[in-house]
Amino acid sequence: MSELIYKSAAQLSESLAKKEVSAREVTQAHLDQIAKVDKAVQAFLFVDTEGALAQADQVDAARAKGENLGPLAGVPLALKDILAQEGIPTTCGSKILAGWRPPYSATVVKKLRAAGVVILGKTNMDEFAMGSSTENSAFGTTQNPWDLKRIPGGSGGGSAAALAAFEAPLAIGSDTGGSIRQPAALTGTVGVKPTYGGVSRYGVVAFSSSLDQVGPCARTVLDTALLHEVIAGHDDYDATSINAPTPPVVAAAKRADVKGMKIGVIKELSGDGYESGVSERFEESLEILRSQGATIEMVSCPNFDYGLAAYYLIAPSEASSNLARFDAMRYGLRVGDDGSRSAEEVMSMTRAAGFGREVKRRIILGTYALSAGYYDAYYGSAQKVRTLITQDFAKAFSSVDVLVSPTTPTVAFPIGEKSNDPVAMYLSDVATIPVNLAGVAAMSLPAGLSEGLPVGFQIIAPAMKDDRLYQVGAALERELAAKWGGVLTTKAPKLISAAGA
Amino acid sequence: MLSYEEIIEKYEPALGLEVHVELGTKTKMFCGCPTEFGAEPNTQVCPVCLGMPGALPFVNERAIESTILIGLALNCSIAPWSRFARKNYFYPDMPKNFQISQYDEPICTDGYLDVEYETPEGMKTFRIEIERVHMEEDTGKSLHVGGATGRIHGAEYSLLDYNRAGIPLVEIVTKTVLGTESYAPQIAKAYVKELRDILRTLGVSDVKMEQGSLRCDANISLSPRGSGKLGTRSETKNVNSLRSVERAITSEMHRHAQRLEAGERVVQETRHFQEDSGTTRSGRSKEQAEDYRYFPEPDLLPVAPSAEWIEQLRGQLPERPSAHRARLQQLWQVPDKEMAAMINAGVVGVVEETVAEGADPTKARTWWLGEISRVANEREVEVVEMPITPKDVAEIIALVAAGDLTDKLARQVVEGVIAGEGSPAEVIAARGIKVVSDEGELVAAIERAIAAQPDTAQKVRDGNIPAAGALIGAVMKDTKGQADAARVRELLLGLLGQS
Repeated sequence: MSELIYKSAAQLSESLAKKEVSAREVTQAHLDQIAKVDKAVQAFLFVDTEGALAQADQVDAARAKGENLGPLAGVPLALKDILAQEGIPTTCGSKILAGWRPPYSATVVKKLRAAGVVILGKTNMDEFAMGSSTENSAFGTTQNPWDLKRIPGGSGGGSAAALAAFEAPLAIGSDTGGSIRQPAALTGTVGVKPTYGGVSRYGVVAFSSSLDQVGPCARTVLDTALLHEVIAGHDDYDATSINAPTPPVVAAAKRADVKGMKIGVIKELSGDGYESGVSERFEESLEILRSQGATIEMVSCPNFDYGLAAYYLIAPSEASSNLARFDAMRYGLRVGDDGSRSAEEVMSMTRAAGFGREVKRRIILGTYALSAGYYDAYYGSAQKVRTLITQDFAKAFSSVDVLVSPTTPTVAFPIGEKSNDPVAMYLSDVATIPVNLAGVAAMSLPAGLSEGLPVGFQIIAPAMKDDRLYQVGAALERELAAKWGGVLTTKAPKLISAAGA
Repeated sequence: MLSYEEIIEKYEPALGLEVHVELGTKTKMFCGCPTEFGAEPNTQVCPVCLGMPGALPFVNERAIESTILIGLALNCSIAPWSRFARKNYFYPDMPKNFQISQYDEPICTDGYLDVEYETPEGMKTFRIEIERVHMEEDTGKSLHVGGATGRIHGAEYSLLDYNRAGIPLVEIVTKTVLGTESYAPQIAKAYVKELRDILRTLGVSDVKMEQGSLRCDANISLSPRGSGKLGTRSETKNVNSLRSVERAITSEMHRHAQRLEAGERVVQETRHFQEDSGTTRSGRSKEQAEDYRYFPEPDLLPVAPSAEWIEQLRGQLPERPSAHRARLQQLWQVPDKEMAAMINAGVVGVVEETVAEGADPTKARTWWLGEISRVANEREVEVVEMPITPKDVAEIIALVAAGDLTDKLARQVVEGVIAGEGSPAEVIAARGIKVVSDEGELVAAIERAIAAQPDTAQKVRDGNIPAAGALIGAVMKDTKGQADAARVRELLLGLLGQS
């Protein structure tokens, strides 16, 4: 049944419901694929073979008893290692958490379990979600299934690569400045950053609390919507979670109709710095949407030019405080505790040994930005920019239903190319960052290939209008898939396909 | 060295009082853990208050309500919108290495509290202005093991207990208090006492200084008269009783004056009060202001209490202790001087409770101000901290009224209760205390006394009534104090032809 790995979650759901296939068979097929290809891809940090099969058996038993199961019951999923899962190693890509097994589960994990979703294991990421390539992981770089010499994007490169390598049909990511959307773009998959507050952050190791948002990843828009519906909703354990019904994302994905919709193209997110192949695929997608009955207009969001700078003050500032808890006192790595040193010395040695270079760089940056005498100039100014960007969005959304742009300026770059040039790396997220600063919702979906590598198309919707992402995304996907003979990942190189066949 | 009077003549004291109150909520400030005092270490903890990766705080609504009540009772403005902020610093007993507190947007601001203090001209009132009342979470506790001092230096190892981490704290900060003159220590004590009474009346905290549920940091500075500016302040911590508030400030005033007189400067620092010596020792220097890198807490929404809620809470405010006391004075018909003595001794509340248990107000007052206060003074504790309850005292008063106890026996019972021998009934049973009321037994004892002191008896017969005291004393001794002295006197004088 190895073709099971090429099915979408929606297809698997249907087969499972009809009892054409068992959850155990589906799970085993994906575990087999992981065993075959993950040495090359390195998407997973931990594979929970026993736990996954046990969950699958539970679902099969429940189905045999005729229990009422959710649509994703028995469908496997790859979990980004930023989410706490009780008893399962959770490292956040950092040495400082190596060996930590959380005593509790994130709300999203509980929801997944309650829905019968089978969690295969934990996926690789840049340390504490700081990076755009997974090269900052303390446990090695994930390779892009489209070209193993290239990065899969980051920080959620592991989750995106697992999808593109057919190791899982569903994955969970987290997006602080583009960590779901940029990897989705670079691996030819779909990823959504929901409205800030739409999905609980409880149990998600915090990078930048006011920007972090957990979201769904998959190979199709409908699959992404199915997963979105499972994980979204109010949580008493997250004070910033929105207490309102989740937008009807699955219905929107099924409607897939853009007739009469107004789509705004963000002027500032195009032109210089965007590769020609990226721009061409973007234009072609716009043409398709126009042909489907949408009206396209240019809109200007002038303050987006300051987005990257504001982000690199706010995110490190919050991170410098959020990461203070890793001090060797209660969990994780402990260095230098030989009885001769004070607690402060052990803290200092542990943090020096446990954090990687990029994490240290951002802690230092954030500590500086929050310091007395600099606060107003740095953190204060960045918050003002944030307000201006939010206003740019509000103004734009007063005349259009959704905004669009390329997700990233370039396709996947070779491993090592930008690892010593932080600013070049930061620029990978120039088009995704404004979305986080304003707390609105956005999706990246495949727009085609440029020189054999995937290009991402970004759709942005107002807060709590996440359904519009799916409505537009599904319409575009349908037309592109008709042209390609399937969603983009079906065109993934033979290397992976052959490995799975 | 200057005397206290000379210090006041040359210098003007300025006070600043920061009081931390642990709220009596059932659960912690940002999680659902219980808050009971004295549990086994690290048994009242969860991912949130341990600062586990991924855990998030959520606000205890009851804590906000308590804080608003405190603000209203202290005549503060309640902010329609305030925020939590993170105070960042590393310390092992602080799980997240930041404390969730409030910084430039506190929930209550600009209030005042009128306190009463005793002067030779009678009770006077002093208004202490309140700058802010804000919410924060408590830290855990470090226990330093080994080494001589129990302090971190020289300790072999340290143990951490996070049960206290996350317990809701309210910090009440005064504005700089000027004009207290020689009464600075008394006014400071009166302020903390009045604040404690208000908090107890509000029912928001058990306000036990010895358990740390009410903690006072006393800032004090002296400035030479006429200099027009404030002196350098010290901040004294570890002030664990009302009495210590007064002692610590007095001690610091002497220390500051001594340095200033010697031409030295006062160092801006934290000092720790030491109960045994009544002095302070140097702690952390605050010369270099620590940079806490405050910023708005992104994990919590702003606190925005509605005007309706605030008004509803205002309607719930109990009678202010000062108004309450005035009403009681009227009700009990207590003279001003006696009332002042009760306020000073801090016994108004217990007297009221004793009366509520059915005791006569005058009798209740006499016991609390008399015998119980005397023992409290000997032990150097507050009267209300004595191990005897208003119910015990009311019971003893009832027994005296019924003639089952004499005043003298009642004192023995009180002594027994305070000594921890049990309830009044248990003390009476265990000590075999009973009034000798058998007239035959008494008459026999009196006759024995007359026979033993024939000369004294003759003096009484001759009309020297005061001489009867020696005979009565002998009878009381004979009956081990268990006779009713008034009845003995009556019988004795009758027998000697003087009734």
